[in-house]
Amino acid sequence: MTSKTIVKRVIKYIGKYRFSFILSLVLTVTATLCSLYIPVLAGEAIDMIAGKGNVDFYRLTPILIVIGVALIVSGVSQYFVNTLNNRISNSTVRDMRNDAFLKIQTVPVSYIDNQETGDIVSRIIADAEQFADGLILGFQNLFSGVVTILGTLVFMLTINLWIGLIVVVLTPLSLFVSRFISRKTYKYFKKQSEQRGRETAFIDEMISNISTVKAYHRENKNQNEFDEINNQLGTDSLKATFFSSITNPGTRFINSLVYAAVGFSGAIFALNGIITVGNLSAFLAYANQYTKPFNDITGVITELQNAIACAGRMLEIIDADSENEAEKELPNNIEGNFDVSDVAFSYDKNRELLKDLSFKLKKGQRLAIVGPTGCGKTTLINLFMRFYDIDKGSILLDGIDINSVTRKSLRKNMGMVLQDTWLRSGTIRDNIAFGNENVTDEEIIAAAKQSHAHSFIKKLKMGYDTPVGEDGNNLSTGQKQLICITRVMLSLPPILILDEATSSIDLVTEQRITRSFMKLMKDRTSFVVAHRLSTIVGSDLILVMKDGRVIESGNHNQLMEANGFYKQLYQSQFNAN
Amino acid sequence: MKSLSYLKDYKLQAILAPFFKLLEASFELFIPLVVADIIDNGINNKGGISYIVTRCLLLVLLAVVGLVSSITAQYFAAKTATGASTKLRSALFRKIQSLSFKQIDDIGSATLITRMTSDVTQIQTGINMFLRLLLRSPFIVIGATIMAFYVDVKGALVFAVAVPLLALIVFVVMYITIPMFKSVQNKLDGVLLKTKENVKGVRVIRAFTREEKETKEFNLENERLLKLQSAVSKISSVMNPATFVVINIGIIALIYVGALRVETGVITQGAVVALYNYMSQILVELIKLANLIITETKAIASKHRVDSILTLEEYKKPKGIDKETDGYITFENVSLSYNNNSEYSLKDISFSVNKGETVGIIGGTGSGKTSLINLICGFYEPTEGNIFVNNKNILNFTDDELNSEISVVMQRAAMFRGTIRENIFFGSVNTNEDNIMKALEIAQAKEIIDKKSSGLDESVLEQGKNLSGGQKQRLSIARALARNTPILILDDSFSALDYKTDKSLRTALENDNQNNNQDRTTFIISQRTSTIEHCNKIIVLDEGMIEGIGSHSELLKSCQTYKEIYASCNREVSR
Repeated sequence: MTSKTIVKRVIKYIGKYRFSFILSLVLTVTATLCSLYIPVLAGEAIDMIAGKGNVDFYRLTPILIVIGVALIVSGVSQYFVNTLNNRISNSTVRDMRNDAFLKIQTVPVSYIDNQETGDIVSRIIADAEQFADGLILGFQNLFSGVVTILGTLVFMLTINLWIGLIVVVLTPLSLFVSRFISRKTYKYFKKQSEQRGRETAFIDEMISNISTVKAYHRENKNQNEFDEINNQLGTDSLKATFFSSITNPGTRFINSLVYAAVGFSGAIFALNGIITVGNLSAFLAYANQYTKPFNDITGVITELQNAIACAGRMLEIIDADSENEAEKELPNNIEGNFDVSDVAFSYDKNRELLKDLSFKLKKGQRLAIVGPTGCGKTTLINLFMRFYDIDKGSILLDGIDINSVTRKSLRKNMGMVLQDTWLRSGTIRDNIAFGNENVTDEEIIAAAKQSHAHSFIKKLKMGYDTPVGEDGNNLSTGQKQLICITRVMLSLPPILILDEATSSIDLVTEQRITRSFMKLMKDRTSFVVAHRLSTIVGSDLILVMKDGRVIESGNHNQLMEANGFYKQLYQSQFNAN
Repeated sequence: MKSLSYLKDYKLQAILAPFFKLLEASFELFIPLVVADIIDNGINNKGGISYIVTRCLLLVLLAVVGLVSSITAQYFAAKTATGASTKLRSALFRKIQSLSFKQIDDIGSATLITRMTSDVTQIQTGINMFLRLLLRSPFIVIGATIMAFYVDVKGALVFAVAVPLLALIVFVVMYITIPMFKSVQNKLDGVLLKTKENVKGVRVIRAFTREEKETKEFNLENERLLKLQSAVSKISSVMNPATFVVINIGIIALIYVGALRVETGVITQGAVVALYNYMSQILVELIKLANLIITETKAIASKHRVDSILTLEEYKKPKGIDKETDGYITFENVSLSYNNNSEYSLKDISFSVNKGETVGIIGGTGSGKTSLINLICGFYEPTEGNIFVNNKNILNFTDDELNSEISVVMQRAAMFRGTIRENIFFGSVNTNEDNIMKALEIAQAKEIIDKKSSGLDESVLEQGKNLSGGQKQRLSIARALARNTPILILDDSFSALDYKTDKSLRTALENDNQNNNQDRTTFIISQRTSTIEHCNKIIVLDEGMIEGIGSHSELLKSCQTYKEIYASCNREVSR
């Protein structure tokens, strides 16, 4: 995305608040002009007090009253400009955040699989914040800066053309100084942010795995590695900070020179009666303030460049393609008859994975997927849940192509428990009721009893109201799995998908859960990924996978007779016990 | 140690920075006097061009001296800020690594990371700006006031009223907004958590078609954040206009008082201009100050957040009494409660293990297996009772000593960015290539290396993303074996392995224990009896209590729980 298109998009977002925006612009002009008018008025007032016995009180008082009005108008406008600008920026960011979040819910799962979680999160949080800060600063300083420059020019040139010209010609020098310095410092800033990125990655890795770090007593070595990265960051940071902070003294120096030049020429002009002392005082006041808008604008330009980059990163999420969705819904009374024919699929189009997969599964039947670790068993689950779409062939459910109906209506018929448990922050109750609005406590407890989670939940001090921490940290892996199973027990869909659902649960409990599952599976179609032979042997169809492909299929007896990889697997387990 | 204490190492710089800044400011304060001189003596008294020229050259000289002092000041300020925050980050990292597991669980790792990164950066900016400007601004304000008194005492009374009023405005606004900025930051954390959760849980959320509900909840959180932000801006926006108004009212008063004084001939027109210029200087400074105060408030909020980590009390282990015991590792009536409340995870555990034994620990979910390991590793201390390792109370071991005794493989295998070699060397000080190759062989991980083109130097991505669950588990077992410690603990570390690999791994480990490492004491935690039935000793846990200790055959006779577990495993096989 070019910065031009980003800016266009951002303007579109801000467009929603155009009335506030226009109001803010009008108020900025009012506030700036009023405050710029004050030095002129003050100069006129000073001219009224020329010397001893020579003070014109009659003309002085109205001037002071006008100053009073100007300052009140300017002050009130300034206040509203500030609050309006904050409101516009924060609202814009809120809108973009909401859009980005909505996008996360609609992009293909592959999009999320291919990105690092931290990256997505930092786009929606940190980048958005930076963008808001940049916008606020931009609104505040850019308009008022431009108005101040133009206003000052007009005021100065009307008082005296020649002194005005001196200021106009000399002041932009400070711009060159600051541009020169910022160009030089850019590389230091770049180095700093790269090093900062390195440090953040290191921190993230070590804090996320703190238990291993501690168990292997890596703290000291880690500290050394960290200090090395950190000291480099300190050095980079010093350079970036120092060189960038030369800008202010540099421009202030130019400004002082301008001030001296104005003082000199003004004094000469005043000496010859071309301008008054009041005019000189007004000029000096302007000369003092004139660099500020230039500085602000240069500052804003870097800030805005950064903000645009941040907005761009956020827009990349907002612009990600949503999944295309069929319009038809799957009918309500699904039986669960699957007809899979000639399915082909691969994650990477250059590397063929699944090919010519065909099988039929009737209502109430069980499909088991077996194979060594990392053989791609979850790929099949991705396909049946439509987290990924097949490349070729068809999957029919009760004769309906699952690609021709909405994913939601399909998934409503599927109950899924994954090996990788996921709980949201909230209470245990929230987590069980997840996906089922309007369930009663009785129903939740009944489901928990079926999944044998009730006995551990009721022992917790706050029972079902026990809060689950970030990532379910305060529960054991097995307990998390029990809660995930309870979720499915509560919704009771016609099709079950179990991916090593009970791998972290002890055998006694597992046996009990399996009995509950068996009861459920009786009139449900089920897909099961498992190590345990008991679940595999009795299945109606077994797919044996290796290196991402289905290499054998059939029921237990057929596969044993085939004397292939399955038999090897089976025997190794038998011997193991 | 509070976060700002690291400024101590930069005392000199921290003093020199504002010193040079104030030097610069002092030169600036002379400027209105020079201008007044130009007006009164140069213009009004016709001092002539040469007088004006010398005064204007004085202005240029003041500018040059100002430039030099201010660049010196900027350097010392940058040095102090970046130096102190580098030390702060280092200390924070050390602190975080020293936190107990419970503390980390309580705080949450996401917020620890933001505190280490963006919060410290805020503090750095805060210190830098503080040294550069926050001292300068009050100095100019007070200095301008003093100079005003020098010019004219009566006229300066306007300053005496305006300056305290300005200070009050700044103080009140800061006082109200600092806690508000803090709550904005907390709300932002909430939005962050929600985002992270939804990215990680995308499959489950979609499987349960919760997308709309989650979006609604996110929008609500986001809306609340906006409300808070608007509330803060309503108050913080007061500062700029209010100071502007006060200053300009001051100018009106100044001109009026000045007019009265000039009329009676007490002061000159140039003096009024000087007073007016001093008031303008105050305004310019205050505009800078007001913008900076926002930076400072954010920095202070960040400082509080960082301090709350730094001041977390480092847990001091109590000392225990050593005792001669029969075994190598002895538990004596040990109980453990994580929250020191009535809920015990382990109750009255007593057993002893001899050197070289292999001990199996078995029990249901939540029976206390991992708690027992946490105790042996010293991650937590027993709430009651004593643990002895080699006749020494476990409390009397330093972390170093204990760590060099024990290697543990966690349930969840952690991999780090780097190479496979670095991941296996992780935490091993005294190991060599031979040890590593042997460890890889036992852990059945050699084939992983053999398949990779760069072998041991094959790179590992963040969180071991390019490795499968089983590969990570095998490599983390190799990592533990490579250290060659007297005690080895395997906490359900075979769960992602298929039976075939599991079996070969166990056989290899048993062989190694019998042939090469007869002194190694091994703990194997499992839920399958098959994994542990050859152990010298099996501890059966249920609900935090020991149900039975003994060999496989003894337990089959005496322990009901073990019988049940065995039966359930067997049923599985016989089917």
